[in-house]
Amino acid sequence: MTQALSIQSITAHYGTTKVLEDLSLEVAEGELVSLLGASGCGKTTTLRLVAGFLEPTSGKIELGGKDLTRLPAHQRNIGLVFQNYALFPHLSVADNVGFGLKQRGISGDAKTKRVNAMLERVGLAPFGDRLPGALSGGQKQRVALARALVIEPPLLMFDEPLSNLDAKLRVDMRVEIRQLQRANGTTSVYVTHDQEEAFSISDRVAIMHAGRIMQLDTPETLYQRPANAFVARFVGFENLIPMTVVARGGAGVTAEAAGGVRLTLSQDQFGAIPDAFTLACRADGLAVTTSADGIPATLGLRTYLGRAYQYQCDTPAGHLTANGPLTRPLEIGAAAKLVPVPEQCTILAPE
Amino acid sequence: MTRSIHPVLIALTVLVFIFLVGPLVIVLGAALSDTSYLTFPPQGLSLRWFENIFEIEAFRRTIVTSLEIAFLSTGIALVVGVPAAYALNRYRIQLPGWLSTLFILPVLVPELVLGFSLLKNVATQFHAPIFVSLVLGHSLLVLPYVVRVISASLAAFDFSIEEAAISLGSPRLKTFFTILLPNVRSGVIAAFILAFITSINDVSISIFLTGPGISTLPIQILAHMEQFFDPTVASVSVLLMGLTVAVMAAVERTLGLTFFAK
Repeated sequence: MTQALSIQSITAHYGTTKVLEDLSLEVAEGELVSLLGASGCGKTTTLRLVAGFLEPTSGKIELGGKDLTRLPAHQRNIGLVFQNYALFPHLSVADNVGFGLKQRGISGDAKTKRVNAMLERVGLAPFGDRLPGALSGGQKQRVALARALVIEPPLLMFDEPLSNLDAKLRVDMRVEIRQLQRANGTTSVYVTHDQEEAFSISDRVAIMHAGRIMQLDTPETLYQRPANAFVARFVGFENLIPMTVVARGGAGVTAEAAGGVRLTLSQDQFGAIPDAFTLACRADGLAVTTSADGIPATLGLRTYLGRAYQYQCDTPAGHLTANGPLTRPLEIGAAAKLVPVPEQCTILAPE
Repeated sequence: MTRSIHPVLIALTVLVFIFLVGPLVIVLGAALSDTSYLTFPPQGLSLRWFENIFEIEAFRRTIVTSLEIAFLSTGIALVVGVPAAYALNRYRIQLPGWLSTLFILPVLVPELVLGFSLLKNVATQFHAPIFVSLVLGHSLLVLPYVVRVISASLAAFDFSIEEAAISLGSPRLKTFFTILLPNVRSGVIAAFILAFITSINDVSISIFLTGPGISTLPIQILAHMEQFFDPTVASVSVLLMGLTVAVMAAVERTLGLTFFAK
């Protein structure tokens, strides 16, 4: 039933504005891939192209090896879940869920049976006769999910499905969505701007920017080993320090940043280090100390994070954000050393 | 709990009501008068002027003509206006801004000018039959109302609902009828009533387009008044009011009048 999705070199325009550029994406059978990015990055455009609501300028979309590119939207057989639920307000919950079956010529007992089974699965069995207006946000999204799943589509797509729900429900619902998706093994594309949501729900995540995929990887890889500066910033590496290697010795590699700041980095911990690179560090990845060797810094604003104090630091290598321990708060204007913590830092090769 | 209401406010409210309802009461009174001229308060009570409407062949004929024209022109305006309103809302971003203004234009142009230009261009130039010119003229007259009212109810419509239906396998055109129309039903009914009443009441366009043998009720009322100053016109007016009340009552019973306030 479920099928692999293949997007091949898609370019798309709104009028004369290019919104997607040569975008390719392969989603394996049963896999859930998220498209993650800020608004305007092209993630919803990609979804609408696959759904058939937009036509690409060039490129090809295949589902299970079949070319979809010029197929009308209503013949694509793709389940869609929308941000604002998009339930039919004039139809009961059961008729909403049964709508897709009706279009496929399934009626009578067969339809009722499948609708009821699906309502049962999303925990809405007693609500079949209600109108969507009488449901809560979470219930509405469950109906939308049931409506998309009941047609057993080879591909399921979500467009910011949880954005209109409150925080607690959002977490519950995403677990529920993931469980349903896994149980059915439905190939899925999930569009969101919420990093936590994308990382928690996906097999792989495509981080998008300006109509292109910046990196497509598992959440773990994205979080620990971003491939470029954009993704590094996106996943929370606040500090990007451009460096050049000045010496390679037994203990490690000595590299220099702006302002003559020198650091020695262990190849064991950082892997292969090219001659020119960017050291990316989370705030947690720059330890604020007073003793060790490190980047000399003057501490600026201090903010309380609950698990640590965060300092805005002035250094010869530029402005950096670093976290220090709660046990010993330091005052504004104090001098300190910032030491990279390898587990919270990564090396970015030049782009 | 009582709240004191300022006496001036009460006086003003009463005045406004008199202003609104007074003419209707006067017309009703005049229609029931037994005299052979228009007068108020009525002298004597009689229904003979109501009878008179149906005895005068011109009234019988023009009532039918007016209803035919109102139904046809409202129908045409809906057939043109509903898809137009749909397109104007669905593709608001892609379409140029002046396009929606174009559909309001017939309201902005003085009706007399509209009537005259229709006479000159449609009736005289193309020798269109009187009835056809009337239907076309009225369609044009009521189209802006249809487009506006339908647009207003489409403004609240979430077009992703339409996309949801399409994604579930319903073709575009079918979706328009099964999903979109049921959700703007009250707007369509409101547009129908507004357009229908506008057409029934129209004088300024009809006066240019009516001709030998074919006239509408308001034009016939005018013509009748010029010759006879009897209560028949008042009776006709009461009939028209009754018709309107009946329509409104039917709407209230089926839908509630609240959608007019939306």
